[in-house]
Amino acid sequence: MEILVCVKRVPDTTENELQLTGNDIDRDDLVYSINEPDNYAVEEALQIVAKTGGSVTVATVGGEDDEEVLRREMAMGAKQGVLLSDDAFNESDGRGIATVLASYVGKNHYDLILTGVQADDGAAQVGGMLAAMLDYPFASLVTSIEALDGKKLRISREIEGGNKEMNEIDLPCVLSIQTGINEPRYVGMKGIRQVASVEIPAFGAADLGLDTSAVGAAGARVNRTDYFVPALGKGAEILQGSREENIDKVMELMKARGGLN
Amino acid sequence: MARIFAYVTHKNGVADDSALELAAAVRKIDPAAAPTAIVTGCGIELDTVCEAIRLSFAEVWKIAGDNLAYPNAELVRKALVQVLPIGSIVLLPHDHFGIDLGPGLSIKLNAAFAPDVLGIDGVEGGCLKVVRQEFGGQVSAHVRCDLSLGVVISIRPGAFKALETVPANGTMVNKSSGVGTLESGRRYLETIIAESGDVDITKHQVLVSIGRGIQDKDNVGIAEELAEALGAAVSCSRPVVDAKWLPKSRQVGSSGQTVKPKVYLACGISGSFQHLAGIKGSPLIVAINKNPKAPIFQVADVGIVDDILEFIPEMTEKVLEARGAKTR
Repeated sequence: MEILVCVKRVPDTTENELQLTGNDIDRDDLVYSINEPDNYAVEEALQIVAKTGGSVTVATVGGEDDEEVLRREMAMGAKQGVLLSDDAFNESDGRGIATVLASYVGKNHYDLILTGVQADDGAAQVGGMLAAMLDYPFASLVTSIEALDGKKLRISREIEGGNKEMNEIDLPCVLSIQTGINEPRYVGMKGIRQVASVEIPAFGAADLGLDTSAVGAAGARVNRTDYFVPALGKGAEILQGSREENIDKVMELMKARGGLN
Repeated sequence: MARIFAYVTHKNGVADDSALELAAAVRKIDPAAAPTAIVTGCGIELDTVCEAIRLSFAEVWKIAGDNLAYPNAELVRKALVQVLPIGSIVLLPHDHFGIDLGPGLSIKLNAAFAPDVLGIDGVEGGCLKVVRQEFGGQVSAHVRCDLSLGVVISIRPGAFKALETVPANGTMVNKSSGVGTLESGRRYLETIIAESGDVDITKHQVLVSIGRGIQDKDNVGIAEELAEALGAAVSCSRPVVDAKWLPKSRQVGSSGQTVKPKVYLACGISGSFQHLAGIKGSPLIVAINKNPKAPIFQVADVGIVDDILEFIPEMTEKVLEARGAKTR
């Protein structure tokens, strides 16, 4: 099976305390990494091709800086990285990103396309949009994939209360992958070095035959005007004492609530 | 102003709580709007839901079909595209169904898409102004959506407070005949109910809940020691289950368990809305997190900026000391 995984390089929010500057977050000194759900998607793709044969390609829409996440996923075992890059793609909304990816898919053949369930903007949108543009079936929040034959998959989706919704889906299709579907393999420095000099092809709007009015700021119908930190409502009372004093205070509050006797 | 629609999800003949939240969100777009509810399904369950929500919507569009008995988002999308007027404003809940339906629906309607919206600031200059969160809830964003070709908006569950029901006695419109044969390359098979685990976290008064901040499987033991000292159970947030450090049955959140403890100790949990959706009954929430910007501090009653790997063992000692003093 030929599998395309769409990935994104994002600020690692577990490592960074975000600060605002102007209308954006302060992007200097941020630690970037692969969007976590995308990493699960790549691992899932690698596990599928290990069983069915074929290869995994990773693609991202971005610039030179984004090559590092492609190389990281290639070090995991993806055979090829593809950079979709053009100044005209800047400031695309979700539809714009999906449009770029759809034009790339249209020029190649993939049996299965995976994305992470969502990225840093929490939108969970590009996979479903891409599927609709390609007229492929789509399923979100996928927590298991079983290849039934060369033509369809049996998948589970995560629904409420830890329950699972089982579906059969025809290939080619687009799936958005939920975290926890597998245990992504470790990537060491040695693996990264091995792919350091592999050439990553870059394709721009002209290569993809894209009308630039459909992408970037020109095509965007959804625009973020600024970031802000909402005025805290009640918010937590932050205990400022020593650790010992804080623990005493917590125990006192727990007792008052009948949670400690 | 374009026509406004709210897609109402339902189960066992009962409309989801999100229906009235969507109605509340519509009021924020246009206080004078008379929104239309759209309900898909089949049989008596569908009729029961339509009848019930007539009280809250000016009009109810019913789309009945045998293959709409289970809400397969692919089939629902195909049905909606056939009946929705061009330029409509369409609201959905941002849950496992809305996430499935919304993005593709926006493309097929050629409308803008605003996902996971938690605030609406009205309409200005042909744009709908909404509020979203990014970066795991660390910062919020003002977003403008071009309304010229319509918009699909998915609304975060719980973000809009359901309004007191205004008796609307809405008109029923049967749109079933406007929908042709529905087929999809994705077929619903069955729902597998979650297995119950070794510990039922929904039955405990005190939960020691751990998140990504626990850092390693070997550290889960310190939470278990504190829980034992407190007579509590250990629950967790999604990353702990993803890493296979605790079973799924211990997960609190919209895709896990809904808990109603008296005290919830959130240790190293950032506080995503999916996690918070699983905490009900207004417990005392104590958050301990290294990151002072963690969203959990916005909802906790008490916050402590500290390293849980040091805080938890010290608290265990103090609890044991206090207990020991009492039994002497």
